[in-house]
Amino acid sequence: MNLTNDLPIPFRGDPSKRRSWPLSIATLLTYLFLYLPLVVVILYSFSSTKVNKWPIKGFSLRWYEELFHDSDIWDAIRLSVFVGLVAAAIAVVLGTLTAYALDRYRFRAKAAVRFAIGLPIVLPGIVTGVAMLSFFSLMAFPLSKWTIIIGHATFCTVLVVNNVAARLSQLPRSLDEASLDLGATPVQTFRRITFPLVRPAIVAGAILSFTLSFDEIIVTFFLTGRDKTLPLLIWGRLRMGISPEINATATIIILTSLALVLLAAAILRRSGQRIF
Amino acid sequence: MVASAPQLAEFESHPAPTQRPRGILALLAAPITWMVVFYLIPLLILLAHAFWSVDYLTIDRTFTLENIKTVFTNSLYPTVLIRTFLMATAVTLTSIVIAFPISWFLAKKADRNKELLLILVIFPLWSSYLVRAFAWKTILGTNGILNSVLQWSGLTHEPVSWFLYSKTGMFITFCHVWLPFMILPLYTILDRLPNALLEASDDLGGGSWATFRRVVLPLSLPGIVAGSLAVFSLTMGDYITPSLIGGSPGTELIGGIVADQFGVANNWPLGAALILPILVILMAFVLIANQFGALGRDEG
Repeated sequence: MNLTNDLPIPFRGDPSKRRSWPLSIATLLTYLFLYLPLVVVILYSFSSTKVNKWPIKGFSLRWYEELFHDSDIWDAIRLSVFVGLVAAAIAVVLGTLTAYALDRYRFRAKAAVRFAIGLPIVLPGIVTGVAMLSFFSLMAFPLSKWTIIIGHATFCTVLVVNNVAARLSQLPRSLDEASLDLGATPVQTFRRITFPLVRPAIVAGAILSFTLSFDEIIVTFFLTGRDKTLPLLIWGRLRMGISPEINATATIIILTSLALVLLAAAILRRSGQRIF
Repeated sequence: MVASAPQLAEFESHPAPTQRPRGILALLAAPITWMVVFYLIPLLILLAHAFWSVDYLTIDRTFTLENIKTVFTNSLYPTVLIRTFLMATAVTLTSIVIAFPISWFLAKKADRNKELLLILVIFPLWSSYLVRAFAWKTILGTNGILNSVLQWSGLTHEPVSWFLYSKTGMFITFCHVWLPFMILPLYTILDRLPNALLEASDDLGGGSWATFRRVVLPLSLPGIVAGSLAVFSLTMGDYITPSLIGGSPGTELIGGIVADQFGVANNWPLGAALILPILVILMAFVLIANQFGALGRDEG
């Protein structure tokens, strides 16, 4: 506004390349804030005492031993893996179909379709959870692991859509056109040309969906019958009071999630795409 | 909201070989059916519950405004709604302030390790939310790390008891668990911000502050609004953190009350009515976000 007051000054170099210590320190502190809780849980999982007290009084593997012999936890892990795999499979099918339609066709309702698919992650999980609960109850549909799967697949679909749509938008349309010009049917073109090219994005979307499903609690809480997924089991035990075994379970969850996220990132990277 | 068949059938004519109306219906039939049956219809059923009532264990489906009246006249619910709204607002504003430096660093300063640094930002999103909320319980407790450090440094002599089971504790936990949702859209938009604009402002004598306020901030608004929508929405509906970290009288948030109505209190119609104000506030936010272009372009 008051340009006349700000006298032009000589060129000071590219402003974005200037080093700034306050900025670096703020960034470092933010990473510490993001990771402190994870590190704390991992450290306490090796504590030899029952109380989560600081400083840790001595290290042991006893909580991992107890965890290993805890059949409830193994049942919960088995259920969570099953739910995650089926939900991810459904999300992959629905998400790939949607992404393909959004990328390859022009239609007026495109914004509406995108909005509807994304709504389950715009609205809080509790809304999704109680809405589905009232629906299943009204339909007299008993709650079971299948209702959990339906809930998870619904909010995982948008993840696959985003991943696959990003990949599709990178692919030159001429590949499809060449295939169609050479006489291939649209289905053949998809199977032989498009699908192999978007496969990395589909696989990454599947892994991320599985990870999200494996960790989910807010929606799951309302959709479960008597089955307990791993987060539900932990939640139940936390409400009883902190059991030190929880730290060991949490550590395993953290490390499993980390491995899966790195795997998804590596798959995307090989195809020249990025995870974000 | 729902894409109906006649809408889908209207296409802009386009010469590409894939522009076939039958194709689009075949592709979208399954996803749209799924979303309508398992998401949009359930949402409508939930809304309907708000106008029904509960009779012991069964639901009486005669229209009533009793629940809506209760939500606004009961001595507890309006206070809780306002508290939740203020908490969500405070968490959102704080997240913007925390997210800006790290997003700027990732977008403009990080070179070699950029991809790793970005994965480090998104990883917490994929590690259990429950685990991260629970971790704060062990950090904020009277025997926790925070109190140990404070006592060790001589800043306090007695453990501070109001870190845990308090609004302060919930505020810290919310800021932590939702932070990546703010960093990601902010980073994305800052990454696209042309350096030439910064140089131009710099050459014209705009100092760092003037450049930030007049160039960077206005241009990053879509990212800020998108991140705010996510953080605000997640805080408005959460019931895990209030139960783990709050849990004392005067710390209840609306998510916990709704969860109770669908659980132990078993009053689904009241729970559905309590969700209405959340939905109205969020829908208003979505409309505002759309104005800022925070929800992506609407093509086609």
